[in-house]
Amino acid sequence: MTRRARRLTLIGAALCVFGVAVGLVLFALRDNIVFFYSPAEIEARHVAPGVRLRIGGLVEQGSFKRDQGRSVSFVVTDGKGSLPVTYTGILPDLFREGQGVVAEGSLDQTGTFRADNVLAKHDERYMPREVADALKKQGVWQGGNSTASTQGVAR
Amino acid sequence: MIVEAGHYALVLAFVLALFQATVPLIGVGLRDARLMQSARSVALTQFAFVAIAYAALTYAHVTSDFSLVNVYENSHSAKPLVYKISGVWGNHEGSMLLWVLVLSICGASVALFSRIMPETLRAGALGVQGWIGAAFLLFVLATSNPFARFAQAPLEGRDLNPILQDPGLAIHPPLLYLGYVGFSVTFSFAAAALISGRIDAGWARIVRPWVLAAWTFLTLGIAMGSYWAYYTLGWGGFWFWDPVENASLMPWLAGTALLHCMSVMQKRDALKIWTIFLAILAFSLSLLGTFLVRSGVLTSVHAFANDPARGVFILVILVLFIGGALVLFALRANTLQAGGVFAPVSREGALVLNNLLLTCACATVFIGTLYPLVLEAVTGEKISVGAPYFNLTFVPLCLPLAIAMPFGQQLAWKRGSLLGAAQRLTLAIGCEFLAVVALALVKGGPVLSVMAAGLAIFLITGSFADIGARALRGGGHVFARAFGLPRSAWATAIAHAGIGVTLFGLASTGWGVEEVARMQPGQTVAVGPYEVTVASITPGKGPNYDETVAHTLVRSGGVAITEINPSQRFYPVREMHRAEAGIATLGLGQIYMSVAEVNRDGSIDARLYWKPFVILIWIGALVMAAGGLLSLSDRRIGFAFVARARRSAAPAFQQAAE
Repeated sequence: MTRRARRLTLIGAALCVFGVAVGLVLFALRDNIVFFYSPAEIEARHVAPGVRLRIGGLVEQGSFKRDQGRSVSFVVTDGKGSLPVTYTGILPDLFREGQGVVAEGSLDQTGTFRADNVLAKHDERYMPREVADALKKQGVWQGGNSTASTQGVAR
Repeated sequence: MIVEAGHYALVLAFVLALFQATVPLIGVGLRDARLMQSARSVALTQFAFVAIAYAALTYAHVTSDFSLVNVYENSHSAKPLVYKISGVWGNHEGSMLLWVLVLSICGASVALFSRIMPETLRAGALGVQGWIGAAFLLFVLATSNPFARFAQAPLEGRDLNPILQDPGLAIHPPLLYLGYVGFSVTFSFAAAALISGRIDAGWARIVRPWVLAAWTFLTLGIAMGSYWAYYTLGWGGFWFWDPVENASLMPWLAGTALLHCMSVMQKRDALKIWTIFLAILAFSLSLLGTFLVRSGVLTSVHAFANDPARGVFILVILVLFIGGALVLFALRANTLQAGGVFAPVSREGALVLNNLLLTCACATVFIGTLYPLVLEAVTGEKISVGAPYFNLTFVPLCLPLAIAMPFGQQLAWKRGSLLGAAQRLTLAIGCEFLAVVALALVKGGPVLSVMAAGLAIFLITGSFADIGARALRGGGHVFARAFGLPRSAWATAIAHAGIGVTLFGLASTGWGVEEVARMQPGQTVAVGPYEVTVASITPGKGPNYDETVAHTLVRSGGVAITEINPSQRFYPVREMHRAEAGIATLGLGQIYMSVAEVNRDGSIDARLYWKPFVILIWIGALVMAAGGLLSLSDRRIGFAFVARARRSAAPAFQQAAE
């Protein structure tokens, strides 16, 4: 092989791999990303049933019900809007009424959110950030966490 | 008093880092040997002062000195001693102090193990290390001071996040940081080489052990983190494509690429510019990871606190270092002599393919990790990019890599033959087919699992094909010949086989079984080949938690083999619940069970898994790291090469440059 042919092979191979990678990324990004909305945003945007999304807010006080088996239902609220959610499976350890929650799934025809994954925050001290932002947007919750306040004491 | 001494030592370390960042580099510019030589002693002293500061903070944690904000926030007098010691880095301030400590350990190691290298290279590298040290010490002192005091000390602390109260905390962060921060050494050497304008095979030979050491630690750190997440989070998963995990995977991918292209540079004196670029890239990704994890842009168990000032500070450090290095690269790269162009079918050709695939895979992870952050910053839309994206992008780029690996090992330098390589791999290919047929008949299950497991077998056997062929060639005893081969040959084979072992573990997830059940005491659930019975549910008490334990028997064909005790723990200080999974390792697989709280009727909701061959995922990583350590111990290419040259400094560098 001549020097020129070798160089061309090298550049060709690089472009091929790079092209494949770009193609894969574009393809995957089109179909495999999940948007996050708060209940109020879902009402405002008229999200179609069946589209995968994440929702987040607070679990409304007194809304938690155990249906038959391991099915549960509860209402997620952000102060402005609220959304009924059903879920089958084991809830995370930190799931509580009045606390922040994030759920992944899709809306059904009746406007109920069928979650296939429920995430609660990792730690008592923090809200899931999406939830905190969504609540701030609706004016329900003013930020700041306890860490900042104790450091204020230190100063 | 000890705490104040620690704080003062940290300030002194910062001043020393500033000295280290300027004087040796001025020495390089003026060709003044005395100024350049100052770098070594300053690096060692800086390490000593950071170590004093770190010891002081550890002392405060161990003695439960709640007058320190950091101790009050993250400790409790009833906490077990091991978590008092490891809890030092279980919070933002302490973990940044560990970061700086590891950085100063790297600097001190360069100062100690650098006798063979030219004075300008050592002084330049230590100077750049000084800049990194100064930047992060300033960050700790200005925004994340672990030594802040309360005016009035509280009586009791708020305890450490229960998820972190685990032996994993003692192992995972130090290993990960040794890997992460270890790439700073490579970065510094690359920058020093760009400053001095001299890069050759000798440079690659000097720097390679550092890359290898960082890579080995990072491999272990990632594997440990993965296993910790697996057994502690209660979901049975071991990799979540969480941005924090990706933050450690990206430097690993770049580091792996760097490791491989360095051998091209060492052997053929080619790919210099690319090698330098990768050296900069690997550490840039480490810095990016630090930013993602420590700035508070992400919510995760790793992000301890959200203070915008910290995020901005790290972002500035990130931009200055990456930007600075890339500007230096742009200015100096054209002065480097380009190496020759080589044949596509050859060892170096295969290594180029390795680099292409690894960097592209790294880029897909990069996009998947940062796209949501950038989109939110620009449009305010919140999205999440999860496993489906990575399965469609990262995995298709890695599978060809796995197929090509054994072939690449078989190709000769300069000119190889694919047909010859395939012939030498006949046995491995045969093993692959046998494995695929056997697995399809015995296990069945998803096609992808069977194919990937077959590929894993090909990788493991193919990795040793070279050693086998060399041992059989010529006279003498086969085993004597095999063990007489250079350690580097064994190291390559073992590290590659480790990838195969991990791949087999990953492939086997397809044969796993998952059950979700509401179980009364006495009730039995079948999970894969085993039956699991909850014998009793009893309350228990730990040092700083209360728990409900489900005593559970695992049976096989009616015979009890082992007992597991999954529990649901409650930590009163933080009012936090946490599930502690019950895990029984049976052969290479595991029975995994996690429980929720007890229901009103006395039953308990349980998640049960049978995960065949699951521990191979992490054993594979241990095997890879063993390969790395073996390579480090090779007299010709490891640290011993550095030590040996102590006796005859100048000739050794000449020899290395050949």
